[in-house]
Amino acid sequence: MAKTLDKVDVVLVGVGWTGGIIAAECAKAGLKVVGLERGNTRNTADYVMVHDEYRYAIRYELMQDLSRETITFRNTRKMRALPMRQMGSFLLGEGLGGSGTHWNGMTYRFLPYDFQIKSMTDKKYGKNKLSAEYLLQDWGITYDELEPYFTKFDKTIGLSGEDKNPFWGKRSEDFPTPPMKRTPILKKFEDATTSLGYHPYMLPSANLSQPYENPDGESIGACQYCGFCERFGCEYGAKSSPEVTVVPTAMKTGNFEVTVHANVVEVMKSGNKVTGVRYIDTQSGAEYIQPAEMVILTSYVLNNAKLLMVSKIGEQYNPDTGRGTLGKNYGYQIEPGTTGFFEEPMNVFMGAGALGMTIDDFNGDSFDHSDVDFIHGASITLSQTGVRPIQTNPVPPDVPVWGAEFKKQSILNYPRTLSVYGQGASMPHRENFLSLDPDYRDAYGVPLLQMTYNFTEQDRNLHQFITDRTAEIMKEMGAKTVVPGNPISDYDIVPYQSTHNTGGTIMGSDPGTSVVNNYLQHWDAENLFVVGAGNFPHNGGYNPTATVGALAYRAAEGIIKYSKNGGSLV
Amino acid sequence: MAEEQKGLSRRDFLKTTGIATGALVGGGIIGGLVGYNVKKEDKALQGTEQGGTPTDATSVRGLMFFRNPHDFQVLSQAVERIFPEDDLGPGAIKLGVGYFIDNQLAGNYGSNAREYMQGPFFAGEVTQGYQSRLTRAEIFSQGIAKMDEEANKRFKKSFVDLEGGQMDEIITAFQKNEVEMKGVSSEFFFRLLRQATLEGAYADPIYNGNNNMDGWRMKGFPGHQMAYINVIEEEKFQKIEPKSISSMQH
Ligand SMILES: Cc1cc2nc3c(=O)[nH]c(=O)nc-3n(C[C@H](O)[C@H](O)[C@H](O)COP(=O)(O)OP(=O)(O)OC[C@H]3O[C@@H](n4cnc5c(N)ncnc54)[C@H](O)[C@@H]3O)c2cc1C
Ligand code: SF4
Repeated sequence: MAKTLDKVDVVLVGVGWTGGIIAAECAKAGLKVVGLERGNTRNTADYVMVHDEYRYAIRYELMQDLSRETITFRNTRKMRALPMRQMGSFLLGEGLGGSGTHWNGMTYRFLPYDFQIKSMTDKKYGKNKLSAEYLLQDWGITYDELEPYFTKFDKTIGLSGEDKNPFWGKRSEDFPTPPMKRTPILKKFEDATTSLGYHPYMLPSANLSQPYENPDGESIGACQYCGFCERFGCEYGAKSSPEVTVVPTAMKTGNFEVTVHANVVEVMKSGNKVTGVRYIDTQSGAEYIQPAEMVILTSYVLNNAKLLMVSKIGEQYNPDTGRGTLGKNYGYQIEPGTTGFFEEPMNVFMGAGALGMTIDDFNGDSFDHSDVDFIHGASITLSQTGVRPIQTNPVPPDVPVWGAEFKKQSILNYPRTLSVYGQGASMPHRENFLSLDPDYRDAYGVPLLQMTYNFTEQDRNLHQFITDRTAEIMKEMGAKTVVPGNPISDYDIVPYQSTHNTGGTIMGSDPGTSVVNNYLQHWDAENLFVVGAGNFPHNGGYNPTATVGALAYRAAEGIIKYSKNGGSLV
Repeated sequence: MAEEQKGLSRRDFLKTTGIATGALVGGGIIGGLVGYNVKKEDKALQGTEQGGTPTDATSVRGLMFFRNPHDFQVLSQAVERIFPEDDLGPGAIKLGVGYFIDNQLAGNYGSNAREYMQGPFFAGEVTQGYQSRLTRAEIFSQGIAKMDEEANKRFKKSFVDLEGGQMDEIITAFQKNEVEMKGVSSEFFFRLLRQATLEGAYADPIYNGNNNMDGWRMKGFPGHQMAYINVIEEEKFQKIEPKSISSMQH
């Protein structure tokens, strides 16, 4: 039988970025917080031997053990959903720090347009710009309302950047640290986009340009451009991650404890409140109940949704009737891009996870959409993250993929290839959703989460448009061979695309169309908060984490308020 | 440039990052780095850089997975066709790719230890990815046997006795999914073999491939370097003598 532990104020499920932020804020406010994390603990000292592409980038050393839990996937309801047996399209985090340990650190705030996408699109282009199949909705919060929380996240991580982008929202304060170095590779993009009349700016980076001490007194190092960043931990403590920022901040208060190897399997509910969580110690197999005044789900998009589903909290979305909100508006991203082959070798192996330049001239509503058959757009970026030899074997079209010619060409072109890519926004569609799988189970006997997802017409049209723009930029950059990416057809879960899953536990101002309010407080259980990119009603044209971080700070404020007064926060 | 890189010690990096000056304490890395013996690192490194004959027993290579030397020979010949020796440098055999694959098959990679392997199993669509009940170890055993079988069928010879062009014909047949395999497609086996070949050519030499770091040398990839902060703004391509991550163990 499950052993019941002493009650705490706050229990968190998962200790990545969202869990870490909420732990720090609540613990500083004097609440007793326990974080349950199913992976192991880790810190900077564990990354001294991390420059090993095979172990970390290919075999996913720091990521989720799929033998214990995965998801099932199908493109459409007509298909049989089957388990994602190996990681591919996205890489799930596991262990203290979550994906925040091995993220790149590209840290963009979503655009003002994103938060009011429905009303702004309707106003400018009429109600029928997209068909009724697209479940577009406003977020229940505006950019201006979220701005202080964005600033808070920027300061916690010491964000490096320059406020030079005419298309993004107003920043109340400048970046805490200056931008990263403008390398010769970045300058090619800067020159090309400038001469095309666009507005390039240095990518806001959580790999810091200089040593920094954050407002909580945590020190972050200066990035050394080591080229082993995304998929790796940082041995310099120079990439802002939960384990060098918010986790130590929470620990210092004496009010935060992390239990590792603790896999949460259920949120316990009684009446219209939750009472705690049930978890399994993955080493002993023993079962525990952790009672708490407040339960916070910070276990990433997929498990946040799954835990609500298995705990029967909220109504499951039904694509036939359109009823129910849980699992609704699952979104992803598209990655249109162009590869260019150059004459001269470049220092492509040097770099940092968030070293790059971006333009937003085709993102959000920066340009007029009256004559195009899609809404929103994509940020367009050239990044220099450091390309490594197992993953990067570029050959021009028509060269075979193995044998003498392949070897010669892949070696020749390894330092002579660059790519310019977009991160294309993803609009919610009634056929794209999350639910529970009826057949497959995890190692603890709990059903797997099921994902039903495919690219839609909007994705295909936007993809083509952005691909064309990236090809023009690549040409302007002087590549001798310009190879635009192929058009997209069906979503394929095998090749890596991005770990930018969104939706399923969306936020909003109406309980009829959202799972949580704008404090991320559950509509059906006032002492339950659900935090992460799962709150996004659609996905924007950037990486998600700045927006996730801002939402986590907002939720923390709500949790502290709730601990004093109770009741609904809106 | 190579010289400058070599002379750059961990201690210098501590200085550039501000760790040594006490400006930074957040990382928790200091304890491990301060007092680090730089000379010892340089010595250990030279051993690795010169490669050649292994002088200590720990660098002896051997088979952990294949029981039969013949199967190993088939594998070795096949990967050499995928990544052949040429005027740029060694091919898969000299790089030790065969040993790399063999050793990997004996561990987590071969048993798909960190992947979801529970049934029921159904073929599925391509977009749903790998759906076989077979582990990589089982796929390789079957695939290598099939290559030999195909050689016998087509040329009445073992795979290892074929001309290069004949081997290519067989590999192409796998690539085009023309060979019948059980529980997995021959095209999938081909992709696995190709990917494993590249992994063996370019993984850190601690995994027993990329012999002498020659895979990296051919490609101009310097392996594990502490930092590029001092050179990343250079226009000119930087040729840097590669280093293995094993240099961090000493
Ligand atoms: C390779 C890579 C690169 C990325 N680069 C960027 C980037 O440049 N910019 C950007 O904005 N974003 C990036 N991301 C995404 C970013 O890492 C995530 O948005 C962010 O880490 C999400 O934080 P989270 O707290 O929601 O989830 P996570 O960080 O994933 O943390 C969730 C934690 O919950 C734990 N957990 C899950 N289920 C349970 C359970 N049942 N019981 C107990 N614990 C559980 C997990 O083990 C994990 O530690 C990247 C991701 C990856 C993988
Ligand atoms: S590139 Fe910079 S931030 Fe990233 S791991 Fe290397 S030193 Fe750390």
